[in-house]
Amino acid sequence: MKCVLVMHSRQGQLPESSYELFTCAEQIGAEQVLVFIGPRAALPPFAGRVYLLDSEVWGEFNPGAHCQAIAEIVRSEQPQLVVLEHSSFGWDLAPRLAASLDAAQISEVVAISADGYEVPCCNAKLRRVLAPATPLCVITVQSGAFDAASPLVGAVAQISEVAPPPQGGKEKFVAYEEAEAASVDLGKAEVVVSAGRGMGKAENIELVARLAAALGGELGASRPVVDAGWVEHDRQVGTTGQCVSPAMYVACGISGAVQHLAGMKKSAFIVAINKDKDAPIGEVADVLAVADAVQLLPQVLEQLG
Amino acid sequence: MKILVCVKQIVDLEARLRVNDDGTWIDCSDLALRMNEYDEYAVEQAVRFKEQCGADQVDVTVLSIGAATVTETLKKALAMGCDRAVHINDDAAWRKDPAQIAAIIAAFAADKGFDLILAGMQSQDRGSAQVGALVAQRLDYGCVTTVIDCDLQPDKITVRRELEGGLKAVVEVKLPALLTCQLGLNTPRYPTLPNIMKAKRKELLSFDVEEFACPDPLVRTVALTPPPRKGSALIIEGGNDEVAAQLAKILVARRVA
Ligand SMILES: Cc1cc2nc3c(=O)[nH]c(=O)nc-3n(C[C@H](O)[C@H](O)[C@H](O)COP(=O)(O)OP(=O)(O)OC[C@H]3O[C@@H](n4cnc5c(N)ncnc54)[C@H](O)[C@@H]3O)c2cc1C
Repeated sequence: MKCVLVMHSRQGQLPESSYELFTCAEQIGAEQVLVFIGPRAALPPFAGRVYLLDSEVWGEFNPGAHCQAIAEIVRSEQPQLVVLEHSSFGWDLAPRLAASLDAAQISEVVAISADGYEVPCCNAKLRRVLAPATPLCVITVQSGAFDAASPLVGAVAQISEVAPPPQGGKEKFVAYEEAEAASVDLGKAEVVVSAGRGMGKAENIELVARLAAALGGELGASRPVVDAGWVEHDRQVGTTGQCVSPAMYVACGISGAVQHLAGMKKSAFIVAINKDKDAPIGEVADVLAVADAVQLLPQVLEQLG
Repeated sequence: MKILVCVKQIVDLEARLRVNDDGTWIDCSDLALRMNEYDEYAVEQAVRFKEQCGADQVDVTVLSIGAATVTETLKKALAMGCDRAVHINDDAAWRKDPAQIAAIIAAFAADKGFDLILAGMQSQDRGSAQVGALVAQRLDYGCVTTVIDCDLQPDKITVRRELEGGLKAVVEVKLPALLTCQLGLNTPRYPTLPNIMKAKRKELLSFDVEEFACPDPLVRTVALTPPPRKGSALIIEGGNDEVAAQLAKILVARRVA
């Protein structure tokens, strides 16, 4: 078994989660070849062949050209597997690559077994086990599913630099836009009480805010609540918001999507209030109160005095 | 300007889900059905373009592949402001993989000259995040995924793509192009009663899926299983009074105030 790992730097930095791809390949016992999009300086230590698509020449976002070049590399390397992260880079490039190579694609892999690739579905309430029907398969791997491998200090790579095709893709990168600095640092709070879409409407957020105050904590929120304008963006928890690990995290009407869990699952103690006993938040929770949060919270507040 | 919006109907994921007889997907009978959330942003965006450019300047077709039930979702899109709906009738759509769904959409769209195709970035039930990009690849359209903001100009579109940790990328793409819509792109409107009535008179075309070339599946479903349960949570259930009392005790023990 041979696999091509595709890694991608952002603003010149390789995300730490990229090291999880090495672990994934090791678990399968596959020979590894690396395609690296980034500056030479950010290349992870690697013992093997590396194709370098230097971002100083190619740019970091150039999916049409990246796809052409990587498809070419895959055709010459003839691996059985191409592995990318399930990130804004990976889910964008993987289908383009799979289509160019007539290969199956399996997205958001969280585990690999003899039967196939396991992927979450239906809000992570179930898992599908999928197998490719083609000799080549492109997978994107959910971050956190595999432990990050420690860097192979001192490893010597054979690097070949790839020149960009004369004609680029149809998409043109203009600029990065930085996130606005958050005015509340949820990371410092000892208790975070978050509101999810299950709170139903903007007026009900008050209940969650009062609970946060009663517990000496800060108000947090899931993304849909922020998108709807019920809570300011500063308070969003998750991959596209803040990462928190307080002594206690209380999730009110939050289902527990991976992107939310990524921002709070390291909390020391997790309490969830959800009317659905099977909600995936139950997987990380220490306590799950099965109830309608809108009805329950006034009663809890009364008890807290 | 012609816009195509691709939508999927999904079941209410908060319901109790059971594996179907076939063992590869959920049993959808008796479950409430609704439009995939990410696709609602796509419909809303198309309708906003129509309002911005003038109703007679933009023509919006909404398409869905699935069993007869998907017409309800299409009617919602019409009530939100799309001009016409296309139902590609397929009772076995749930068996198809993203490459097959994309092939059917591309076969429909190939000779229609759409300037812009909008789709959700992923479905909430399967979350593959493949169909949009695969359609673009088949039609040789430019494609930007995970779009949270867009600005339509005469021959191009400038969008913001969401990356990790709050970082965004501004990207330009010439038309024809396909965009996949991410949470936060807009706030989808609720159809008003007059618009629901008006939608009843709009065109709803129906095709049999067999009319479109569809390749063999590239991915096989081996099984559908519950995720491994660590099951360490203390579950508090029962009457609200009881639950509130028990929960309050736990919270008090750990509060910092
Ligand atoms: C690229 C990407 C990035 C993302 N980044 C983030 C992020 O940073 N943060 C984030 O949170 N999400 C993020 N998301 C969205 C994420 O996938 C989920 O859609 C989101 O977390 C769901 O929020 P929710 O749990 O509040 O809502 P839902 O998933 O709709 O869940 C609502 C929950 O409330 C329960 N409920 C309903 N009514 C009640 C009631 N009356 N009482 C009690 N419980 C009730 C339901 O059973 C359900 O479990 C991202 C998604 C993508 C694709």
